[in-house]
Amino acid sequence: MEQLLHQIASGLATGGVYASLALALVMIYQATHHVNFAQGELAMCSTYLAWWLVSAGVPYWIAFVITVAVSFVFGMGIERVLIRRVERAPILSVVIVFIGMQFILNSLAGWIFGYTIQSFPSPFPEESPWGNPYINSHELGIVAVTFVVVGLLWGFFRFTTLGLALRGAAANSDSAALCGIRVGSMLALGWGLAAAIGAVAGMLIAPVVFLDPNMMGGILIYAFAAALLGGIDSPVGAVIGGFSLGVLENLAGAYVIGTELKLTVALITIVAVLVVKPSGLLGKVVVTRV
Amino acid sequence: MNILTVRDLHASYGAIQVLHGVDLEVSKGGATAVLGANGAGKTTLLRAICGMVKRSGTIEFDGQPIDKLATADIARRGIAHVPQGRGTFATLTAEENLRLGAVTRRDAKQRARDFALVYEYFPRLYERRAQQAGTLSGGEQQMLAVGRALMLEPKLLVLDEPSFGLAPRITQEIFAIMRKINREQHVSVLVVEQNANLALDFADRAVVLETGNVVTQGSPDDMRNNQEIQRAYLGY
Repeated sequence: MEQLLHQIASGLATGGVYASLALALVMIYQATHHVNFAQGELAMCSTYLAWWLVSAGVPYWIAFVITVAVSFVFGMGIERVLIRRVERAPILSVVIVFIGMQFILNSLAGWIFGYTIQSFPSPFPEESPWGNPYINSHELGIVAVTFVVVGLLWGFFRFTTLGLALRGAAANSDSAALCGIRVGSMLALGWGLAAAIGAVAGMLIAPVVFLDPNMMGGILIYAFAAALLGGIDSPVGAVIGGFSLGVLENLAGAYVIGTELKLTVALITIVAVLVVKPSGLLGKVVVTRV
Repeated sequence: MNILTVRDLHASYGAIQVLHGVDLEVSKGGATAVLGANGAGKTTLLRAICGMVKRSGTIEFDGQPIDKLATADIARRGIAHVPQGRGTFATLTAEENLRLGAVTRRDAKQRARDFALVYEYFPRLYERRAQQAGTLSGGEQQMLAVGRALMLEPKLLVLDEPSFGLAPRITQEIFAIMRKINREQHVSVLVVEQNANLALDFADRAVVLETGNVVTQGSPDDMRNNQEIQRAYLGY
């Protein structure tokens, strides 16, 4: 029983990271209908930046904030400089650009920081909270930070004018422009937000999986699975999908297929969702009357 | 005094030129109707004015040239364009659609007043405000589109076939409200309309387009009295 609860708790923790990264994917998908294959490598680069800052003696939370801010600007820059040029290109060209970006970022990180696996600090205390045997502080911290990120995003989209403008630009870019919304800036903003969320996800998971240029490979696949499970156009779905997948992965790993085959859970989920319910759990089947 | 003056406007989609030097005017507080058969370039004309297609020529709005501006900036100057197909933000609620219309405005008080005004013009929208806009009926979506345009606090309202796909009664209703907007709010109107009778009753000036050229323009009465025009373009 204790074992089961522990598996569920740590599943929720990794699930939080999947949820964050899935949220970043959904954000870009909603705005441009592109799936950003380089999202994981972007997060990895952000994490290296945080690691470099912390190694240079910057206090953890300050490094955290700087990393999020720099990632935001970098994400916007990528949209402005690179993605804008392929905005109206055929989908395969876009996919190639994303995959190219993934390799470039991966090699760049390896070239600058080396392929040696580094440990990454956790800002949370060593001992388990209240001495409980089920969840350690870092895992609890991941879940908490995920909820904070989701809450902030929800508030941004729900209550701010800028959030509404971003949703408008994603829903109907022509009409958004006719309402005076500069759609290009909104897409850049979406990319910036996605990169910032990815940075948070990278910093949260790095203490668990350790830091190296390939650290996000598997995690990105889980994030894809989470986004699909929840519905690729549903932010709430991405969060639910992320947490469910984290728990499912842990339980399957502990009791069914063993830890070596854990990644299979993500792949099976992807295939199953696409076959059984392509819109996912919460994905909108848009109704339009003409 | 004109709110909008268009001179020698050319527009093209890729290699295909659609407008070949169109001249057009909308007087301040007035209403101009653009008539013509399918494929005459009416929609392209409106899209060119709002910077949605490649264009050249001079477009002057409220004394300022706007022919080099991007669509969003033209909207910010005060041109609200209700596109063909109504341009509904289908996945958002009706109220969010209206809020998007006013998204660039900073004057909270005025905005609240305009919300009340739109709901007064279209009580149906108030009833449907929490509903996903894509599930509204065609007439309600057209009302929503006009309401969204009003939320921009426009000086010029540009409408592309407001009657398209609507029952005659709904069309009458919408035109009645547009007349009110034109007279009471002093918003100038440029409207493309297939239904020539409706358009000529509404407008104080009419332009007839044929294959990207202006064939004739003048007052609605001139159009009604010109039998040749009637036979050829207005379907009498």
